[in-house]
Amino acid sequence: MSSITGHSVTDELPHDDGRPPLDADKAGTGRLGDRIFGGLATGSGIFVIALVTLVGVFLIAQAVPSLLNNNANFLTSREWVPSGTDPRFGIVDLLWATVVTSIIAMLIAVPLGVSVALFITQYAPSWLSRPAAALVDLLAAVPSIVYGFWGLKVAGDYFQPVAKFTDTVLGWLPFFEWGGRPSAKSTLAFAGIILAIMILPIVTAISREVFSQVPTAHKEGALALGATKWEMIRTAVLPFGKPGVISAAMLGLGRALGETLAVTLLLSALNPSAPFSFSIFGGGETFASRIANDAGEFDSPQKTGAYIAAGLVLFILTFIVNAAARVVIERRKAFTE
Amino acid sequence: MAKRIDVKDLDIYYGDFKAVEGVSLTVEPRSVTAFIGPSGCGKSTVLRTLNRMHEVIPGGRVDGTISLDDQDLYASSMDPVAVRRTVGMVFQRPNPFPTMSIRDNVAAGLKLNGVKNKKQLDEVVEKSLKGANLWNEVKDRLDKPGAGLSGGQQQRLCIARAIAVDPQVLLMDEPCSALDPISTLAIEDLINELKSKYTVVIVTHNMQQAARVSDQTAFFNLKATGQPGRLVEVDDTQKIFSNPTEQATEDYISGRFG
Ligand SMILES: Nc1ncnc2c1ncn2[C@@H]1O[C@H](COP(=O)(O)OP(=O)(O)O)[C@@H](O)[C@H]1O
Ligand SMILES: [Mg+2]
Repeated sequence: MSSITGHSVTDELPHDDGRPPLDADKAGTGRLGDRIFGGLATGSGIFVIALVTLVGVFLIAQAVPSLLNNNANFLTSREWVPSGTDPRFGIVDLLWATVVTSIIAMLIAVPLGVSVALFITQYAPSWLSRPAAALVDLLAAVPSIVYGFWGLKVAGDYFQPVAKFTDTVLGWLPFFEWGGRPSAKSTLAFAGIILAIMILPIVTAISREVFSQVPTAHKEGALALGATKWEMIRTAVLPFGKPGVISAAMLGLGRALGETLAVTLLLSALNPSAPFSFSIFGGGETFASRIANDAGEFDSPQKTGAYIAAGLVLFILTFIVNAAARVVIERRKAFTE
Repeated sequence: MAKRIDVKDLDIYYGDFKAVEGVSLTVEPRSVTAFIGPSGCGKSTVLRTLNRMHEVIPGGRVDGTISLDDQDLYASSMDPVAVRRTVGMVFQRPNPFPTMSIRDNVAAGLKLNGVKNKKQLDEVVEKSLKGANLWNEVKDRLDKPGAGLSGGQQQRLCIARAIAVDPQVLLMDEPCSALDPISTLAIEDLINELKSKYTVVIVTHNMQQAARVSDQTAFFNLKATGQPGRLVEVDDTQKIFSNPTEQATEDYISGRFG
């Protein structure tokens, strides 16, 4: 390759010998078009970074004074009286409701999503797999308010007997104690189920993607050893897809943690004086639904700051989950290349 | 142990496309048969019908009969999974399971058969790796990933994996085409040893290889472009390479076409 200026990426023939692609510096030509687009791209990058930094600084600046005024322990208190002369607020109840609903959602959506993805990629005849995949993708296009409304008006009534039955059989366990809820659709359990339906498309789509990339050579290797279809899936498909499924689960979890509208519509807030309960048949508020429920009454900086602090905890939680998903995806790339 | 293969009037289809037509041949137990012929004439396709791997491809089906010691492989009562446990296969590109250790790769087939006993598994792993001439190179790193081996070692690992389930026939589809000359020789030596226990069928592009390792050679060719492939001639390797009956065979092995 000559080093005369003016050579560009298009001068390069495609190589499949594993050579790294040209890096951006060498591909640049210094022509006007290059400089305009280069400038635009750099500018946009800087803009986004600045924006995120500013938002972060703003939120922290709002939260810190409230946290300093807080007379209760922010991390261990169940109280939520964010304003007045004696502000006391903590996140325990919010964290519990957020984590429980998300875990229920994961427990349902991950096995279900993986099964659907396996069906679409391994079992379904080709005329069926495309429509089936499209149908699942369509679930992702349903606005979350619709899920909440549907849960409230339609699905919730069917959940009532299921919840009652579970309570009769397993009610002796603290997790399944009937929390004095008037109806099953306002419980953490049901919110988790609706969340599961909402994250199912993400989990399915990513799992489908990795399962369809399993090299034929691996699948045939297993079949040639005398594996049945299911054994082939266990020896070749699932191990290959595992990192992808983990990252799919994490992305789904990220969404479940932050989902607001549907959860707000469904969950009923606890009476502040009620004792803490481990039951999934209790009510409660997640970080997001508490903020949404109370958004109308942010009247003092002290109060607003308390909610922002809670929002920051949600942000950190989601960030950790997404970062973990990233790490897994990166590791998988290194592994498949 | 080793079994005789009888193929009669075999037609092979991919959907509506007839890829191979009218193949009949016999493979004796404890012998090596080589399939040679130009690309696309259906060597791999025929090979894959011998362990019912052809039907794994959507639309793949066959007409005709294949029997293993008088047992019809395509009888409706025959379970393809059972056929594949009897007739092992090694592919063109080494395909060890990437997430498994060397030991687990070799043991994979046994585990599918439900063998759990650790001692038994270890014994078979050692025996198979020795049988594939790989034991000395890997015995100290059995728990390392199989994908970390060299190409030639990976291919021998795949052979070990295939013989670990004690098949009666071993099919190999151009097992050396992705390997360097040294690894190729190692595999050829191995094939010579394997034939004392197994019936071996090998597809190869390399005529010297066919001459070196096989007892019998089958030459496949296309009638014409777009036509199905067919078996032109099958005979003792010696005869095919010195004095073939068909002109087309003579032309091919002397390099006049293909
Ligand atoms: N998966 C497949 N689907 C459709 N046609 C195929 C497939 N594999 C091979 N063929 C066709 O079958 C014929 C024989 O191919 P193959 O057995 O691979 O030849 P060879 O191994 O002798 O090079 C070719 O015409 C090829 O295009
Ligand atoms: Mg081939």
